[in-house]
Amino acid sequence: MAYVTEQSSRPFRLRMLIYDTRYRSLTIQICALAGLMLVIAWLISNTAQNLALLGKPVNFGFLSQPASYDINQSFIEYSSRSSHLRASVIGLMNTLLVAFLGCLLATAIGLVIGVLRLSRNWIVARLMTIYIEGFRNVPVLLWIVFYMAIIIEVLPSPREFRGDSPEASMLLWDSVAITNRGVYVPEPLFSNGLGDVSVFGIFAISLDLIAFLVVLGAGIYASQRVARWAGKVQESTGVRPATWHYSTALIVVPPVALLLALGFHPGFPELKGFNFQGGINMRNSLIALWLALACYTGAFIAEIVRAGIQSVSKGQSEAASSLGLRPTLSMRLVILPQALRVIIPPLISQYLNLTKNSSLAIAIGYMDVTGTLGGITLNQTGRELECILLLIVCFLCISLTVSAVLNWYNNLVKLKER
Amino acid sequence: MKRLYLLAAAAALGLSTGGAGAATLDDVMAKGHLQCGVNTGLVGFAAPDENGVWEGFDVAYCRALAAAIFGDPMAVKFTPVTGKTRFTALASGEIDVLSRNTTWTFSRDVDLKQTFVGINYYDGQGFMAKKSLGVGSATELNGASVCIQTGTTTELNLADYFRSNGMEYDPIPIETNAEAKELFFADACDVYTTDRSGLAATRASHEDPDSLVVLPEIISKEPLGPLVSHGDDQWADIARWVLNALISAEELGVTADNAMEMAAGTNNPEINRMLGSEGNFGEMIGLSADWAVHAIMARGNYAEIFERNIGVNTPIGLERGANAIWSDGGLVYSPPFR
Repeated sequence: MAYVTEQSSRPFRLRMLIYDTRYRSLTIQICALAGLMLVIAWLISNTAQNLALLGKPVNFGFLSQPASYDINQSFIEYSSRSSHLRASVIGLMNTLLVAFLGCLLATAIGLVIGVLRLSRNWIVARLMTIYIEGFRNVPVLLWIVFYMAIIIEVLPSPREFRGDSPEASMLLWDSVAITNRGVYVPEPLFSNGLGDVSVFGIFAISLDLIAFLVVLGAGIYASQRVARWAGKVQESTGVRPATWHYSTALIVVPPVALLLALGFHPGFPELKGFNFQGGINMRNSLIALWLALACYTGAFIAEIVRAGIQSVSKGQSEAASSLGLRPTLSMRLVILPQALRVIIPPLISQYLNLTKNSSLAIAIGYMDVTGTLGGITLNQTGRELECILLLIVCFLCISLTVSAVLNWYNNLVKLKER
Repeated sequence: MKRLYLLAAAAALGLSTGGAGAATLDDVMAKGHLQCGVNTGLVGFAAPDENGVWEGFDVAYCRALAAAIFGDPMAVKFTPVTGKTRFTALASGEIDVLSRNTTWTFSRDVDLKQTFVGINYYDGQGFMAKKSLGVGSATELNGASVCIQTGTTTELNLADYFRSNGMEYDPIPIETNAEAKELFFADACDVYTTDRSGLAATRASHEDPDSLVVLPEIISKEPLGPLVSHGDDQWADIARWVLNALISAEELGVTADNAMEMAAGTNNPEINRMLGSEGNFGEMIGLSADWAVHAIMARGNYAEIFERNIGVNTPIGLERGANAIWSDGGLVYSPPFR
């Protein structure tokens, strides 16, 4: 006997939208969505109307006007005659720089502190607890200001390096100067460099840097091929050939040869006039912001790392050692891969937090994107709505990119269930 | 996706408040006090005294305005604003009037939609350095680190000055005068630049003012004055004529002490018109007939306010200079009460 599904023979009626359970939920959702969109439309039109009443219609034309202010840290060419757009881009680059440096250092701090907190040594474990609780429980803004104050008050000013018997002196054979305005380190200079290449006529990239990175990348790739070859030999003969000298040579020799060919020599900072000239200046505001963000976020990451390691059951490491794996190998091959799948997801949000917290930079005068676009540009042009909207878009893009990259990585390391 | 909508809605909501409000005077009357934006702390211009009461050159104007409206110079609440937050505070209606060493410029007047009601201090941007730096002129500042308050015209003047003189410098942006002092005194910057009146105030608050030197160059014109939002002419008139009353009072010899006496009537018709014993200027402007009497009695006329807060006998020690009344060869001038 064939079972026929009962088809609704009744024609569709309007009231079925409410009384028929098949349609009801859809109706409610559509109504709610329409209501929400109406509210948003009202808000937008209200904002636009109010701004028009104030005589300030939304207009992004100011971005092409000359910024008229100077920025003390920029990776691409900038002068006070450059546009507000360019100033914003420079701010964005400064934000990315401090976020990148901060994430690196925070991860390193977090790993070390997190592992040490599990130490069997009572003092070490307690010290790490103090570190974590200390940094986690004080607002990061206070840490930023505190680090800045320490740098300004404790470190010597450039003037103290002057004279026959100066109060302060440079470190490492006169190559590094640590002052309260920043840390000056030697910069790489090339006496027969390749010059710069202009990208769309907007900014210039050093060809020397590109060449160096290409050669280094090629070396690393070649050494990986060598390692693969060694693996094949090991599989067929059971004996792994020694490859460390090949890999080292492949990674080290070509870049060094390139540097020699380009006439590499370090440019040392030198006290000239009011400040040190030459070298790379890591500004006090960058250092304070970087350290504060990294130490603060590092405390959170340490807890994440500890939780990740503790989440792997003890049986796993016991099983690994019963298989004959040494502790380092069992950490690398057994514990860490399982810990990572616990560590990565909360780590993503810590990286995002760090990036967003970097907008506190203006408290110590670091010219990040909130300092240029959301600070001086906003203030000098009076375009609050436009600037804030652009800022939101900027941070949204950064955050979504970071989380996309890390989600991709998370997919790589997460437990593969078969 | 819904979260995104909510975010946008919240943002739009935050931005849509405020708007153009008319009849500020009615709002102020209804509130029962004046809301005045002042500096976050600049000795002589706006700073709380030992009793926590705001006093200073800029504060005195707000007290006079409050007195003109309510007859009570204390009917005013102060909102400390930074160089960055001041215009937003004014445009959003958070404050009724801004009296914070604000330079009258074209773009602020026209593009930012504000109404400057006059000039109460003719200033110019200068530099302050430690004497031990051994700098005698701003032209020797090539390569120097310069502390600068962000969000002010000084930032733009500085860029222009160094550019036009072909000099390099390292700008160190800071938010408030207090931060600038911290950086400057710790030698994190070589010179501090702002309006010369502000430099004088900062210098005066230092324990050893003689160790600091204000360089002779004046690199800009900085006419400072109180301002209100565009769009309410009556309110702007009140703010403008309170300032003019203080200036005219100096010119006409009306002081805090003799204002009440003169309000009974004098031989000078202009004083009588201003103080309300003749004509109906108070009614025209929407205030009581004796509004100017209260304004002048609040903290005195322009000269009294100047001398008490920033004059040569105060720690700030500013000469009248360009800020002398016009009949003494200065620039301070009020249109007539007629």
